[in-house]
Amino acid sequence: MTAELVRGQNHPLPEVRLEVRVSAGKPIVAGATLSDEHGKVHGADWVAHPGAPTLPGLKVSRQAAADHRLAVDLDAVPQAVHRVSVLLALPSGVGGPVRFGAVAAPFLAVTCLDGTEVASYTITGLDSESAVVALELYRRQGAWKVRAVGQGYAGGLAELLTDQGLPEARQLAGSINEAVAQGLARAVAAPPPRTPDADRHRHAAAPAPGPDQTHGGAAHQGTSGSASPQQSPYGTSEPQGAASPYSTAAAQDASSPYTVGPQEPARSDHGAGSQPGPAPTDPPAAATAGGPINYTHPGRRTAAPPPPPPTAPLGQPGQPTQPVAGDATGWSMDERLYNQVWGMFEDLARTTAAYRSAVDFADSRMEQELDKVLSDPRSRIGGQGDAAREAARAKHTQLLDRAREAFDRDLAQLRAEADVVEPALPPAYARWDNPVWHGYRVPMETPMALRLGDLHLPESDNLRIPMLVRLPLERGLWIDSGPESGHASFADSGELRALALETATALAARILAVHPPGEFSVHVIDPAGTGASAFAPLVQTGVLAASPAVGAAGVADVLARLTQRVDLVQMAVRGGAPDALPPGIDPSEQLLIVNDFPHGFDDRAVTQLRYLADEGPAVGVHLMMVADRQDAAAYGPLLDPLWRSLLRLTPVPDDHLADPWVGHAWTYEPALVPAGSQVLQHVLTQVATARRSWNR
Amino acid sequence: MLDNRGLRGNRGKFERGQRVTVNMTKGQAISLQKSDGGTLTAVRMGLGWQAAPRRGLFGSRTREIDLDASAVLFADKQPVDVVFFRHLVSDDGSVRHTGDNLVGGVGQGGDDEAILVDLARVPVHIDQIVFTVNSFTGQTFQEVQNAFCRLVDETNGQELARYTLDGGGNYTAQIMAKVHRVGQGWNMTALGSPANGRTFQDLMPAILPAL
Repeated sequence: MTAELVRGQNHPLPEVRLEVRVSAGKPIVAGATLSDEHGKVHGADWVAHPGAPTLPGLKVSRQAAADHRLAVDLDAVPQAVHRVSVLLALPSGVGGPVRFGAVAAPFLAVTCLDGTEVASYTITGLDSESAVVALELYRRQGAWKVRAVGQGYAGGLAELLTDQGLPEARQLAGSINEAVAQGLARAVAAPPPRTPDADRHRHAAAPAPGPDQTHGGAAHQGTSGSASPQQSPYGTSEPQGAASPYSTAAAQDASSPYTVGPQEPARSDHGAGSQPGPAPTDPPAAATAGGPINYTHPGRRTAAPPPPPPTAPLGQPGQPTQPVAGDATGWSMDERLYNQVWGMFEDLARTTAAYRSAVDFADSRMEQELDKVLSDPRSRIGGQGDAAREAARAKHTQLLDRAREAFDRDLAQLRAEADVVEPALPPAYARWDNPVWHGYRVPMETPMALRLGDLHLPESDNLRIPMLVRLPLERGLWIDSGPESGHASFADSGELRALALETATALAARILAVHPPGEFSVHVIDPAGTGASAFAPLVQTGVLAASPAVGAAGVADVLARLTQRVDLVQMAVRGGAPDALPPGIDPSEQLLIVNDFPHGFDDRAVTQLRYLADEGPAVGVHLMMVADRQDAAAYGPLLDPLWRSLLRLTPVPDDHLADPWVGHAWTYEPALVPAGSQVLQHVLTQVATARRSWNR
Repeated sequence: MLDNRGLRGNRGKFERGQRVTVNMTKGQAISLQKSDGGTLTAVRMGLGWQAAPRRGLFGSRTREIDLDASAVLFADKQPVDVVFFRHLVSDDGSVRHTGDNLVGGVGQGGDDEAILVDLARVPVHIDQIVFTVNSFTGQTFQEVQNAFCRLVDETNGQELARYTLDGGGNYTAQIMAKVHRVGQGWNMTALGSPANGRTFQDLMPAILPAL
């Protein structure tokens, strides 16, 4: 029986001789570290890697590969070892992908020697990380267990090994990369990095002579739950990006402003992570060893975005200054607002954490004090007990009042900030009722992020934080039309389905509207035609690539075309000729909306859909499922990885999203068009007009 | 007070100010009132150390020593949160560790690790913050030289107090100092009690008497 682990979950191991199988779709480095009971790696000889593949009880592959088998004999590892961490890393300096967000989610399985799977784990949610601790095997009370870790590091192997307490982490990371680079030189050519073909024209731009700037595209995937500190846009100074600009300038999919062609002058993806940190971000040693020579000046700092423009005059001393929209770092207003919204998100998460922790403490202290009064025999005499109880309650109230006061003060400040930020947001970030949509013009460039909805916490119901995710989408979306969200009031599942479709239509319209004409196409699969009325705004204005596919034949046709597209683009990219696509292929990014899954899907279609979900995002094919998981229950656990790889959104407010800092449960509310508003028609009509003139 | 950048306001670098340092001795307490009567809003607890050179033939060779700074937040003598190299920011965001330094002694006399405390944002129930240093690599303080902790006013870079560990001893940790609430403001007390342990968890028994 295989256990499908989720991050953090553990599972007992039945045997000590095991294999760990890794498959990632792209050549990656697999290694393992041994650490003691404190989680500390004692030295380079406690690390198994391609340069030193064998340790007592442990054997890893000599080279980077898409598939690995690590042999483990837990009886043979030294007694001092309490933990074996399996790590994966992208080879650096060989022109491959530099972030796990650009490759398919790595899959690991722990198997016995006879091949029976004990546990498996798919590492989802990785983004700018280039190294990841995938699993750990650890001693617990004399037995060994496996735990799914999935902790990624944007700074690559050097940062990963440093975190494990290895003193000479950087040197070792360098020598690992060197060994891998030598191995790759012997092996078949590494596939070049992903090239979403929507970006193809941008690659025509010559790799600009390196601005000494490491790529810091620390993109976020909303609040999807990863608490990795590397993902915080406000994190401390972690080195960003894992390779020198020379090895990646051509590889980055137009993320660096220096490789951007004239079509997208202001697309500045970097910088969200590379705020002026308290320390210079040295180019990681990993970049220099084994790969191309790094010409970066060692003493020069990473280019930092300019500080925010001078804002309103400072307020009176002691008074909070007036909040100003765009009051954050960034190269463009777009980026500054994005960073500001994420800053508000973090502030609200943290100030709420402070408040909750104070309340919890006050409650538990009062409980303890009341217990003490109860167990003290003296309190039974006279009024002593009552007085002590009274005092405990008074202390409780007093602490709660002070906590509430501090919390209210912070909330008022954030609310004032939200009041100025919300009206200043560009369409991609704005609610549908924002007047900016009435002055909508088809954009000439793709924005850096998209609003998927609003987030709020129960303590601050009227303070809504825009939920912004980076574009291009890193994961597919799943709009859950099932009653799983636990909303008994929506007992009418038909109503829930209708709302889910409305959410999907509003999101699809928003995605279409914020992309320049010809850069994004939307396909709809609606096998039984149940979504016809909801999709009407998209169909009637003619913004879809084709009318919604119906019936099993329609499903098969659309999936076959998109699968073929993914295959062709992957082949072209692997062959190093991303421009050599057949003329019939639409070069824009694609979104496939699937309604009523699995209605109209045969096994082949299901397989194709899973393939699209896994491989699509890297080559610009995105998925939006409008589905009730129960409808597909017949498939059993087969589809679990599919659901997990998608970002789940709900058509009704539901608290299922966690923030990356303290992990509060945030209530998500979809961005819906206000009832009776014509804004969707207005916007889509303009999009359709622009598409027609662009196609001409 | 949450200024208009909120938590995001105190992340800048400070400029070096003139020094009117109080050199503290063990057990001494100072008030964190500003000279102009205002209270401090943000302080930085900086820690620095150097590995003592080994005597002998290859005396110039020094061994790397990884000291780790931690801050433990207490509410009424109960540990509520801790900031250390595995948890760099307290959940409420008021205490931030600038990151692990594995070798020490990079800048001669500069801070090797620093913990920023936004006093105004410390949750109301937290009344003491204890700063500790422990040797992760296991060397005792006999092999460390020039270890100090200093408290810097983060808003202007002025050093407020400095406490130098005199003479190494045969122990692997130090409970350096604590910052605690007094009335509406905060005080800092130099503790300087030796202890043994690899991470702050090991130090808890030694910290509790100091509260």
